[in-house]
Amino acid sequence: MLEIKNLKKSYAEPDGGELPILDIPAWKVESGEQVVVVGSSGCGKTTLLHITAGILRPTSGHVFIDGWDIPLLTEAERDVFRAKRIGYVFQTFNLLQAFSALQNVLIGMTFSGKHDKNRARHLLERVGLAHRLHHKPSQLSVGEQQRVSVARALANSPKLVLADEPTANVDVGNQQQVIDMLRETCKEENVALILVTHAPDVAGQFDRVDHLPEINLVLKQKTTHSHHK
Amino acid sequence: MRLWQIALNSIRYRSLSSVLTAFSMSLGVALVVSVIVIHNVISDSFNRSAQGYDLIIGPKGSALEVVLSTVFYLKAPVGTVPREFLDELETGKYSNAVEHAIPVTIGHHYRMCPVIGTSQDFFTKLEFMGGKKYVFTEGRNFETDAHYEAVVGARAKIKGGLKLGDEFRPADLGDYSDAANDQEDHSPFKVVGFLGATGTPNDNAIFVNINGFYGMHDIPVPEDGTSGEDGTEEDEDHDHDFSAILVMTKQVSAGSKLTTEDLLSGNIPDAEQMNRMRPDLAAMALPALIDKTGDAQAVSPSKEITFLFDNMIGNVQVVLIMLAVLVIVVAGIGMMVSIYNTMNERRQEIAIMRALGARRTTVMAIILLESILLSLGGGILGVLIGHGLIGIINPWISAYTGIVVELWKFQWSELILIPGLVILASVTGYLPAVVAYKQDVASSLKP
Ligand SMILES: Nc1ncnc2c1ncn2[C@@H]1O[C@H](COP(=O)(O)OP(=O)(O)O)[C@@H](O)[C@H]1O
Ligand SMILES: [Mg+2]
Repeated sequence: MLEIKNLKKSYAEPDGGELPILDIPAWKVESGEQVVVVGSSGCGKTTLLHITAGILRPTSGHVFIDGWDIPLLTEAERDVFRAKRIGYVFQTFNLLQAFSALQNVLIGMTFSGKHDKNRARHLLERVGLAHRLHHKPSQLSVGEQQRVSVARALANSPKLVLADEPTANVDVGNQQQVIDMLRETCKEENVALILVTHAPDVAGQFDRVDHLPEINLVLKQKTTHSHHK
Repeated sequence: MRLWQIALNSIRYRSLSSVLTAFSMSLGVALVVSVIVIHNVISDSFNRSAQGYDLIIGPKGSALEVVLSTVFYLKAPVGTVPREFLDELETGKYSNAVEHAIPVTIGHHYRMCPVIGTSQDFFTKLEFMGGKKYVFTEGRNFETDAHYEAVVGARAKIKGGLKLGDEFRPADLGDYSDAANDQEDHSPFKVVGFLGATGTPNDNAIFVNINGFYGMHDIPVPEDGTSGEDGTEEDEDHDHDFSAILVMTKQVSAGSKLTTEDLLSGNIPDAEQMNRMRPDLAAMALPALIDKTGDAQAVSPSKEITFLFDNMIGNVQVVLIMLAVLVIVVAGIGMMVSIYNTMNERRQEIAIMRALGARRTTVMAIILLESILLSLGGGILGVLIGHGLIGIINPWISAYTGIVVELWKFQWSELILIPGLVILASVTGYLPAVVAYKQDVASSLKP
């Protein structure tokens, strides 16, 4: 479903040099699979997800999703691809403040062209927000907001959901509920899930746990280097 | 959700700033609407009030002043027309060209209403607004032999606070003291009838039997004419003269068409020839004949009113329209600034939409739509305010000119506002829309 080959990403530095962030020779996720990617803060997790979603372009390499090589698509094509095949849950500020919970889910459908109010309602009911359809984000707790994001990520029946530390800002008591909702709904809809986190207790619940330093050569070299010291 | 619904939602979310921006836009639009409506309705009324007669035989001098005093009762007459003209028009040498000739004497008032001396024919023979007859809502027309009877216009009834049977004394124009209304050196006039509203300056007027005027002490004298020591003699001479004579000429009757030959013979016929001419052709020659006498002039009210409108009111209007457009442009800039200022707080919002799969052009369109919806909303509000504004100044205009502006009369020319506002909104929305277009997604998604 997702196959990354020789992916390299580096950021331009102010002094004109290049700062390598990612160097992933090979990484695969099967369809319907749930993977957690663990790594400490600043190790490139968000960058990896952005590249996978086509929001960022890699410096070089391939990102195949359903046979499409994402970096080869134009920006507009990547936008359409993202609207139709990828759901995204961010760490914070997930929701559009001007819109109700239901509208936030419907907005995702607007850009993909599939307008289905019943499905939007159904998904919000599924994440336990049947009574919060017309509440604005400011009227919802952070945990509830993240559940709306989960519903929105699934709105267009994507192939892949990317979740970037979805519980980092949620109070401890509600974190598990958000993770459960995310995992259950992805399973029900047979959607692959890649969740990145630096929280060990979240990672521990997944069957497949990938450590970014293991798959990312940039970080491997750094750790080897420090060992020698 | 459709894009315009998304835009509308953003507008509602920032309701205070939206309302303020739309309101400033609506003020400009209200100004444009008032100018357009007043222009159309007044130009309409101006033209229609003159109907019923196509010539004014008035005192020599400015033709425009003759119209202002005779049609609109806005100023004192500049002189008098010798009485002989009426006889010549009715039965004498000009009669072949004349359908009706009605004398008027202007220059008195009662409680701010002009008091016009005229004959009962004014109400039976003249029509207004192209074919409407005067109607008496109460009472009757005055009798020719009853010298001290009066008929009151619809607005003058309210302004003068008059009832059937009331008696009043008109005062000389320019003298507004209460004493002026109470002088007892002539018999008072008695109200015998009330006219229905006509939408013309006549609504404002009180009409009295012209014969009663001659019994009054103070007959109007020329404004800049001789008053003073030798004025008494002058007054004696002009005692039975008129301020003007309203003339309805014979119209081109069916079947009789003007020939080029007729039109090209530029010579002014003499009275003898007049009587042998076809009446409609005689009517064409009438103004020149009157002017030739040197004692009066023939004024075409519609020509003067058109001139007045195009040259004076028209210019004021161009200035007003320009001012209004300026207000709209300033409101447009205000709208641009207000949307532009929200762009910073909307980085997140735009980044989320992009992450959800919105293209650059889509977020740009949403911002442009927001700008367009705001100005159209302001525009609709402005149309309502504009018509409301006219409603407020309506009684004032009516009171001073007798012209009734129809408040909700929608003018088709107002429709030009729609494309105008859309273009303006697209121009002013462009800058913030480009900001949205250019925004980088990845960096805006970082917490
Ligand atoms: N636009 C950028 N320009 C330069 N460096 C960047 C940029 N974005 C991220 N980085 C750097 O790349 C590294 C990885 O960032 P990120 O992917 O956000 O890490 P994580 O999500 O794992 O915390 C960080 O060291 C960060 O400073
Ligand atoms: Mg991150």
